[in-house]
Amino acid sequence: MTDTALSPALGPTRSAQFRDRVLPFLAFAAVLVAIPAFGPSRTWLTLFNSMGINIVFALSYTMLLGRAGLLSFGHAVYFGLGGYLAMHLMAAIPEGVWGVAGVFALPVVGFAGGAVAGAVIGWPSCRRAGIPFAMISLGIAELVASAAFIFVSVFGGEEGISGDRMKWFDPIAIGGLEIDFTMGPLGDVYWFIAFWTFLATVLMYAFTRTPLGRMSEAVRDNPERAAFVGYNPQQVRYLVFIAAGGFAGVGGGMAAVNFEIFTPENLSLAPSGFVLLMAYIGGIRYFAGPILGAVVLTWMQSSFSAYTEAWLLYLGLLFIVIVMFAPDGLAGVVARLAKGVTAPGAAPRLGRWAGRTVAALVALTGVVVLVEVAVRWSGGYGETFEPFGLPLPADEPITWVLVGVPIALGLTLLRLAATGDEP
Amino acid sequence: METFVFSVLNGVTYGLLLFMLSSGLTLIFSMMGVLNFAHASFYMLGAYFAFTIGAATGFWVALFLAPVLVGLIGAAVERWGLRKVHTNGHVAELLFTFGLAYLIEEIVKIVWGKLSIPYKIPPLLDGPAFTLWGTDYPAYRVFMLAVSITMLVALFLLLKKTRAGLIIQAALTHPAMVGHLGHNVPKIFMTVFGIGCGLAGLAGVIGGNYLVTDPSMAYAMGPIVFVVVVIGGMGSLAGAFVASLLIGLLQTFAVAVDATFFDLFGWAGLGAMTEVGRISISSLAPMLPFLLLVLILMIRPRGLMGDREF
Repeated sequence: MTDTALSPALGPTRSAQFRDRVLPFLAFAAVLVAIPAFGPSRTWLTLFNSMGINIVFALSYTMLLGRAGLLSFGHAVYFGLGGYLAMHLMAAIPEGVWGVAGVFALPVVGFAGGAVAGAVIGWPSCRRAGIPFAMISLGIAELVASAAFIFVSVFGGEEGISGDRMKWFDPIAIGGLEIDFTMGPLGDVYWFIAFWTFLATVLMYAFTRTPLGRMSEAVRDNPERAAFVGYNPQQVRYLVFIAAGGFAGVGGGMAAVNFEIFTPENLSLAPSGFVLLMAYIGGIRYFAGPILGAVVLTWMQSSFSAYTEAWLLYLGLLFIVIVMFAPDGLAGVVARLAKGVTAPGAAPRLGRWAGRTVAALVALTGVVVLVEVAVRWSGGYGETFEPFGLPLPADEPITWVLVGVPIALGLTLLRLAATGDEP
Repeated sequence: METFVFSVLNGVTYGLLLFMLSSGLTLIFSMMGVLNFAHASFYMLGAYFAFTIGAATGFWVALFLAPVLVGLIGAAVERWGLRKVHTNGHVAELLFTFGLAYLIEEIVKIVWGKLSIPYKIPPLLDGPAFTLWGTDYPAYRVFMLAVSITMLVALFLLLKKTRAGLIIQAALTHPAMVGHLGHNVPKIFMTVFGIGCGLAGLAGVIGGNYLVTDPSMAYAMGPIVFVVVVIGGMGSLAGAFVASLLIGLLQTFAVAVDATFFDLFGWAGLGAMTEVGRISISSLAPMLPFLLLVLILMIRPRGLMGDREF
């Protein structure tokens, strides 16, 4: 951390600053711009759009859990309320050329909605961190979700409210230049999502560099000392909470335009739990963690759910493994790997890690066979699991050999690797 | 009068069921600081185990075997899962149990299917116990009441009259001191976690066929149990008891009240057919515990009878 009272030489050099703070964002922007050049299919575009929304949502969640140390079980409330506000305004925007710009700007409305909701709800919630905060957020999430089902005129009841993002149907001519951008086709929505994802990411990173963002970390680590320095922890938490609510609302506004529908389900505990999983699996101690988590989990959600019914089981397993063995998340694993390659004595360490990875993969094979066979057995359609053309019915001994042996072998190898380690 | 008596009976039955769940959770929470998100999942496991065991041996054997099995699973979870996470702090522990709840729900879906299972009340108890004002009162609810009270008394005796209970009580408030005195605190933790989960399993055995046994029963019950624990206060079984009965009665009475917001606030100019005016009190019943939770945490963060804030 830089401290200007000391010698400026202690701070990062300009080139280091550029490398750490600017270059990643340039790379991120380059990736966002490059994606359409590969001509992705509609399925991929849909996936990318969901990823963008989830990235913003997960990053806003990390402002609470990662930076301020506030564990929330109701973050979808702000996502949903921002989204609902954007949804209602989208319906109010008249058809016309300017309507395109209006729809494009809806995430700003989402921000306002989420921030106002955060300002109202945050006031009673932010007095205490830790378990009381988590419990209040849980209670409020339940209250808001139930209330959403009751007030049908605002939230549309079970089926929610839907809208239409297309306000103009022809190419727009500006100074002789024809721009074919109507927000209707998926390709246009991609640019909309990419723009807001990038902007929100930059803004949330900038937020971590502000005094408020820094103080939120201080309050997380030691509220008493932060108070002695002269900052009111409650106030710091409250302001961070409002900002996090606002950025969740940006995600909600993006989702409103992308999906054109919002239901009270969007405010409930289920999406709140999912954002927690995204942020934590990605790694809450790293800024890039939630981005990684959102990308991986959105991808898993769309592709695993096509292959297997048990994808939520795999998600739960992944989450538990992360909590138990890699509390810094996937980003932490990547960072440790990078450090392990560059630090001295790399060869034996990498060898050890490779051995453990192989052992874990062996055990995983057994678990996957077990889960897949079990899912098909419970589905009751008489399907059999056939990996690589090898049928594995639930009542054949070969199946149970393929379940038991890899799990036992993998766990034994892991155990041996753990005892062989120096402390 | 009729409605009142039946509401009280139902409310107490439901409240005692809640207490069976929340007593274990309070013990675990107070002693280990772990708010066990998977607690209601053990309740669900109890119901499912009782269904499967009961199919082979009958309800009465399952009534004993299922909670023991759930308790053993709980102890195993503590020994090989939670204890490992313990070093990473309370948030990691909370998240571990959160993931565990996900996992148990998915496993239950795979093993027993996604729909509700026909876990029935045993035929011996499938009838009226007594008749009041011409309405039958089901024998099974009386049985639930009896089991809950037996459990309550047993738990009280265990905690107050035995040496093990004395140590557990001491570990509730002063875990470090108990460790210094030479007791094996991790083992106490494991035992208490197992007992707590076993109690949740017992609640599942007698609650699963009274309510409904399906994979979402944990999700439906979980948050309410938290509410009970928070309202009751940390480290206080008596608080959990009072809060359980309070929530049980509150919900049962709210369902029985046949009034809308118009009836309550019509004098203030609220229209009968407006959206707010049409909201009935009974439709708010599921929300009341959470309203109470938020209010308690705002006004009295230590809960009704808690001896310390969390």
